[in-house]
Amino acid sequence: MDRFVFLTVDGLSRGAVYAAFALALVLIWRAARVVNFAQGAMAVAAAYVAYTVSTATGSYWLGFVVAIVAGLLLGAVVDRVVMRHVEHASPLNPVIVALGLVLLIQAVLGMVYGSEFRPAEAPFSRSALTVGGVAVLSPYDLFVFATIGVVVSGLAWMFARTPVGLRMRAAAFAPEVSRLLGVNVGGMLTLGWALASGVGALAAMLVLPTELGLHPHAMDLVFVSAFTAAVVGGLDSPPGAVVGGLVVGLLLSYVSGYAGSDLTPLAVLVLLLAVLLVRPGGLFAPVAARRV
Amino acid sequence: MSATTAAVPPKQRPDDAADRPVDRRRGSTLLRHLAIVLVAGVVLVGVSYAVEPFRNFQLATVAAYLCATAGLTVLTGLNGQLSLGHGALMATGAYTVALCQNAFADRGMTGGWLLPLSLVAAIVSTVAVGAVVGVAAARLRGPYLAGVTLAVAVVVPALAVTFDGVFNGEQGLSVPVEPPPLALGPYFPYERWQLWVTGAATLLAMLLLANLIRSRYGRTFRAVRDDEVAARLAGIHVARTQVLAFVVSAATAGLGGALLAVLAQSVSPGAFSLTLSLFLLMAVVIGGLGRLTGALWGAVLLVALPDLTHSVTEMLTLSPAVAQRLEGNLPLAIFGLTLIVVMIAAPGGVQGLLSRLGRALLARRPTRRS
Repeated sequence: MDRFVFLTVDGLSRGAVYAAFALALVLIWRAARVVNFAQGAMAVAAAYVAYTVSTATGSYWLGFVVAIVAGLLLGAVVDRVVMRHVEHASPLNPVIVALGLVLLIQAVLGMVYGSEFRPAEAPFSRSALTVGGVAVLSPYDLFVFATIGVVVSGLAWMFARTPVGLRMRAAAFAPEVSRLLGVNVGGMLTLGWALASGVGALAAMLVLPTELGLHPHAMDLVFVSAFTAAVVGGLDSPPGAVVGGLVVGLLLSYVSGYAGSDLTPLAVLVLLLAVLLVRPGGLFAPVAARRV
Repeated sequence: MSATTAAVPPKQRPDDAADRPVDRRRGSTLLRHLAIVLVAGVVLVGVSYAVEPFRNFQLATVAAYLCATAGLTVLTGLNGQLSLGHGALMATGAYTVALCQNAFADRGMTGGWLLPLSLVAAIVSTVAVGAVVGVAAARLRGPYLAGVTLAVAVVVPALAVTFDGVFNGEQGLSVPVEPPPLALGPYFPYERWQLWVTGAATLLAMLLLANLIRSRYGRTFRAVRDDEVAARLAGIHVARTQVLAFVVSAATAGLGGALLAVLAQSVSPGAFSLTLSLFLLMAVVIGGLGRLTGALWGAVLLVALPDLTHSVTEMLTLSPAVAQRLEGNLPLAIFGLTLIVVMIAAPGGVQGLLSRLGRALLARRPTRRS
């Protein structure tokens, strides 16, 4: 029972990070109909920037803030410099360009920082507090939950209640009409990329201390898990991404706890295939008429 | 729609050359392809005597990659299905060959027919894997398919580590390969023999692929890529076509992986990482989607680019640590950057540029056809 509680808490904590990362994927998908396959690599790049700042200044929090700012900037740059110019006639083109970005970013990181694992420090202790003799949350888990909670509710508030959020939704939903009504559609798109990339950078900062550490490929498997989370929830649904993230986090935690951590990649693949084959629109999407 | 259709209006597509009346007079497609393959084989044997052993080995590597890139061209370029998992399919073929060759060696079996048998086994096992993935892929579109195949590419190397009793974990397996037959003489260079073996297997695969592309099946592949609805209305079974394309593509990828394993005489999960899958995709896109010649350019790039960057880093005087970092990553960076630029500026790739150039030259001359 102790073990089950521990695995559940651990799974929810990882799941919260997957949820944030999946949310970033959903943001771009809704705004631009692109699955950003480069998101993991972009997030790692931001985390490396944070690592540089943190080791130079000795301050974790300065690095943390810099990572998010770097994520925002990188997202905007990627949209303005690259994605804006891709022919979207075929869904393959943006995917291929994003993969080119993956290679480019990972190679540049490898050239600058080398390909050895670097420690990613956690700002709080990762050893679990005991409640009534049962080990449950660690202070770090609490930090993760709080941060993701703030980000998710902040995004929800922004989209639902602010003029910018309304414009972003309008630009994604009906670009031509929005343009006629005076919405800066291109600007909204760039803002969407920046926000998504910033959230991705934040998620990377939260997940890397629980992984092996910083490495140009550190987010490969996290990306696959987050993509699965986004698919489980349906790529179009932000609440779905959050639930999907938690589901994937729990699944991975149970599989690695009870069956061995080597099997987690396989579990992700099986879940991804199962969801796509049974409910291609995601578990929480209404069954839409399929385009034939 | 594929990347090529965005750039080249359908009427100018090079594939359509086969449908023009002028080509009818040249006779059977099979005979023409046979002639090309025979000429290529003779040239390859000639080249294998003319160049040094290391170049022979490199050419053999190009041939092995060509199997995989040609398969991916059929799948992505002609059928419009994007696969990021071809590195994993290559790994399947490579591990099958390793297991077969080890099993033969353990039983003390020798003979020239063992390697072809292992290669066939590799193709059979990748066909099985390809069929499973293909059935799933046929129901998926665009980013979903990319995501699933990406997961396959990440998962398969991890499997080799998980079941380390069979696959020997990160270390991988060695692939025992017999020396060249004694009939060729006692001092026959091993690399030349490697080029002959891989070259023969690859030419055979290319012959079959080239014919498939020009056949009824090739036309249904392209029809499904260009417009699924129209293809279905024309009586094409879309899902079956997509699975067939995936299986064919998997078979050649498996053969390519098997040949690579035979060349390196070892397999390990590190050799078939996600990066390899991305590299293959880069190669076919840069080479030019939609034509087998594009796959050839891609395979040449895959071998030549690391070699080129190696000579560049050697020319610059760098500290060993910096040189090592550059050497591993510079080809990746160049590939990534080229890919982005090609996708934005010239979606037809190298082959697209070449055929545009060729058409421009032809247009200047008074046409013989009219």
